[in-house]
Amino acid sequence: MGRKLLIHNDKVPGINTYEVYRAHGGYASVEKALKTMQPDQVTDEVKKSGLRGRGGAGFPTGMKWSFLAKPEGVPRYLVCNADESEPGTFKDRYLMEKIPHALIEGMITSSFALGAKTSYIYIRGEYFYVARIVEAAIAEAYAAGWLGKNILGTDFSHDCYVQVGGGAYICGEETALLESLEGKRGNPRIKPPFPAVAGLWGCPTVVNNVETIAAVVPIVNMGGEEYAKIGVGKSTGTKLISASGHINKPGVYEIELGITVEEFIYSEEYCGGIRNGKKLKAVVAGGSSVPILPTELILKTAKGEPRLMTYESLSDGGFLTGTMLGSGGFIAMDEDTSIVKNLFTFSRFYHHESCGQCSPCREGTGWMEKILKKFLDGTANESDVDLLWDIQSKIEGKTICPLGEAAAWPVAAAIRHFKHEFIEIAQKKKFVDISHYDRLNKIRA
Amino acid sequence: MSSQVHGAQKFDSAKRAETVFSEEAMKTAQTIISRYPEGKQKSALLPILHLAQAEFGGWLSPETMDYVASILKIRPVEVFEVASFYTMYNLKPMGKCVLEVCQTSSCWLNGAEDIVKYIEKKLNIKVGETTKDGMFSLKVAECLGSCGTAPMLQCGASYHENLTYEKVDAILETYKNEGRLRSYTDLDYKNTL
Repeated sequence: MGRKLLIHNDKVPGINTYEVYRAHGGYASVEKALKTMQPDQVTDEVKKSGLRGRGGAGFPTGMKWSFLAKPEGVPRYLVCNADESEPGTFKDRYLMEKIPHALIEGMITSSFALGAKTSYIYIRGEYFYVARIVEAAIAEAYAAGWLGKNILGTDFSHDCYVQVGGGAYICGEETALLESLEGKRGNPRIKPPFPAVAGLWGCPTVVNNVETIAAVVPIVNMGGEEYAKIGVGKSTGTKLISASGHINKPGVYEIELGITVEEFIYSEEYCGGIRNGKKLKAVVAGGSSVPILPTELILKTAKGEPRLMTYESLSDGGFLTGTMLGSGGFIAMDEDTSIVKNLFTFSRFYHHESCGQCSPCREGTGWMEKILKKFLDGTANESDVDLLWDIQSKIEGKTICPLGEAAAWPVAAAIRHFKHEFIEIAQKKKFVDISHYDRLNKIRA
Repeated sequence: MSSQVHGAQKFDSAKRAETVFSEEAMKTAQTIISRYPEGKQKSALLPILHLAQAEFGGWLSPETMDYVASILKIRPVEVFEVASFYTMYNLKPMGKCVLEVCQTSSCWLNGAEDIVKYIEKKLNIKVGETTKDGMFSLKVAECLGSCGTAPMLQCGASYHENLTYEKVDAILETYKNEGRLRSYTDLDYKNTL
């Protein structure tokens, strides 16, 4: 069994309540930080831990914190990005629903480090019921004195609020999230200035993912150096993986970074193998944006080494033969899956979610969806594969925010590794969906 | 203001005069506004639009948006540009229960299309339509963060996961018997796994 630091108590009855959470050692990091540490010492521990942003980009958290501008007399803010919308990702929902106090504890400890008197948790609107759970936990934390004025009798005061979104994937991009938090459309801002200098209402702001903030709790409790001992190289600590698709045991798993992909897919501790004795065909390892890989490349790198669940190993080989850890949204597909149709669901998604600010993304995502629809309708030509390739290559790097890349990469990777499927449909002028929906079919029988 | 047009919907001054939050909703609105610094009350727009949608029949009429603008002391167009950007706000009347079936990758891999077809047949409507009795509207949604418990549908605040045809039957039956508007802001979410 790997070590768990974030959801080790998720099966404890009542862990969503303050009393039970506290009885299991909750809020110790706040006590330790406020009573025995200076704010910069907390940031130093986070730096030493090697923690990297768990939302998908993997940027070192301690470094992000150290960029925060601290002009006199200007409020600073911590904003938690709980706008989890990357297809294949549902770990933040799990964490907030099961152990809401872990997030709130992390918000308080992190805010102390950053000198933020106010923080906001921006939760995607569809998770309204999760927002209710987090709000109830915040109320408990106020009642127990962990939020409000002069926490633990120190001169640190802090208020934490929940804000719900309105349904827009783009608000997971940090500057779009800030726009949305200001009551506007979720149009990403041009950077610089970065939020660390001019963020919420123009004030210095740090935006961190739910899991990142929750990870600050064990880091402060055990010390950054101890935390960094878990994992491999620059992939330190544990990571929540959302596992879905054609596996025996879908769900949220906390792994030590560094286990092999093979163990993750096939061991009983995690996914438990592919359903119905089918063979694995392909994996999207880090949420819909990252390149899809065929079985042989997800289990082993092009050099023939076992692929590990780390930032570095998953990206080994670049985009030619590798992928990314991303948000940890792990979607496994069995041998009967149509890669073309799965890609269509991704492209439809990105077209729907493009904010419309930049033309390469606004127009390009629509064209890609339309061309892929031609494949499903059996009206595509072989030249449409080249057209798709051409369009995706003209989106990457030409947009304000990374949604452009996120839309382009899955298309490029599907063509790179599964071009024969596109060609076959174009030649036969017919698309046959042989994907079996076994769960539903079983009920039909 | 009487000539103001939001999308296809005409602005009605008489209806606007009747559009006022209940005392309880107003209290909730004030609590939301108090979360932001003075002068930054526009930040409360998204949560207050959810509240207004639940209060005023499950959609945002031009009159409702105008009312929300007056509460937040912003221009009506600032409300409309936000309401029209996000998918959770309805700019036309909907059924009392809006069924949103997730159709992205993991849900598709697990049969979301069959769930959509099943509901279409059962309710005799297509995606985007509302039943004649005004009870149900059917929509498709992009990834709702329920990939490990696919297929799923959302109705108001409730997540219905690991769907089967039998579960869909039971959900529709329950909602039909209750017969009331279901909103994202509902406290009594009925999640099923």
